[in-house]
Amino acid sequence: MSQTLKQTPSQTVGPYFAYAWTPELYGRRPLAANRLVTRDMAGEHIRIEGVVYDGQGAPIRDCVVEIWQAGADGRHAPGAAGFGRCGTDDAGHYFFDTVKPGACDPGHAPHIAVTVFARGMLSHAFTRLHFSDETAANEADPVLASVPADRRDTLIATRAETPGGVVYRFDIRIQGDGETVFFDC
Amino acid sequence: MDTAVQEAEGDFTPRDWAQHPPYLSPLYKSTVLRSPSKPLIPMKQGLSVRTGPVFGHDSLDPLDHDLTKNGRVNGEPIGERMIVTGRVLDESGRPVPHTLLEIWQANACGRYVHRWDQHDAPLDPNFFGAGRCLTDAEGRYRFTTIKPGAYPWGNHHNAWRPAHIHFSLFGPSFLTRLVTQMYFPGDPLLPLDPIYNGVPEGARELLVSRFSIDVTEPVWALGYEFDIVLRGRHATPMEG
Repeated sequence: MSQTLKQTPSQTVGPYFAYAWTPELYGRRPLAANRLVTRDMAGEHIRIEGVVYDGQGAPIRDCVVEIWQAGADGRHAPGAAGFGRCGTDDAGHYFFDTVKPGACDPGHAPHIAVTVFARGMLSHAFTRLHFSDETAANEADPVLASVPADRRDTLIATRAETPGGVVYRFDIRIQGDGETVFFDC
Repeated sequence: MDTAVQEAEGDFTPRDWAQHPPYLSPLYKSTVLRSPSKPLIPMKQGLSVRTGPVFGHDSLDPLDHDLTKNGRVNGEPIGERMIVTGRVLDESGRPVPHTLLEIWQANACGRYVHRWDQHDAPLDPNFFGAGRCLTDAEGRYRFTTIKPGAYPWGNHHNAWRPAHIHFSLFGPSFLTRLVTQMYFPGDPLLPLDPIYNGVPEGARELLVSRFSIDVTEPVWALGYEFDIVLRGRHATPMEG
């Protein structure tokens, strides 16, 4: 590619994005929400939830987590059906109700692409979420293999069977002890 | 979007860290505890990130592109009407067509609708401050809005954000996602702003819009142009 133009620089979302990005509280229609699943959707219905923490372990309440995923068949639906967006609450908590994706890349374990935005993040951060019950697939996954062994668990959401259904716990630590692995890709 | 077509077009170019702010930028104090401290790990671009959400006109309401109309309750919003338009391009200058933009901003007094904003400046009952639109086949977008005001913030003594409009773009993949801010030419607050200055020297100017008398509409609204460049694609697929 002949590069003639330079990428426009990133800037932080700042603290005041919620009325634009998650505007239900303001009586507006959101572009995307955190409930990707419909009752009759094929696949295992799951909740993904966690807390986003800063470098001192304090929850971040002005953060947005975006996800992009395949369906249970490993295919990305046309349109925006595999896209989700959730702002963190006052406790730094986010969640998505979705389906567990199938593997979409040959040789890769099932996973979800994750982007994190926040006040105080001048550029966003990419990571990816794997599933704790996919032990064999995770062991063969080339991206997990590229990550130092002692940091791999930051990319693996922990499955729990609860009375309300299957929940995967995926905390995101922006900095410090247990810092989530972020990617350049 | 047809993922098979995307596969044939090669990888997206990397994020150009000579253009983007580093995570840690200590003069912007919130970055100190919110910056990843370990190096990013390189990752090959699989289908899970080469694809991305595609939004259509069903994602838009009819007044989403006109912020002077989409928040009206009992009259017109107060302030200087302006048009902001431009093209979304990739690094090789190709337009990025039919991609979604979201914007949000303070009102003319420098006050956001957001319920956390306690700045002692009036809310405008007729201005909400958020909009969306899609680029056309040539990558062009256009919003009508009110020029936002500067506002104080707590980063340091007597800190004021220069007037700005937040932009959020998707582009053709999850990797082309970009959130940025557009500024105004000649703003004396720019050299003092740690968020603007978090961008490497030489790249900052790309965030400053241009006044345009051609975009300006007589007896109606001032015009500003702001082009946005997203990550492009390598010409040939990269394998191995």
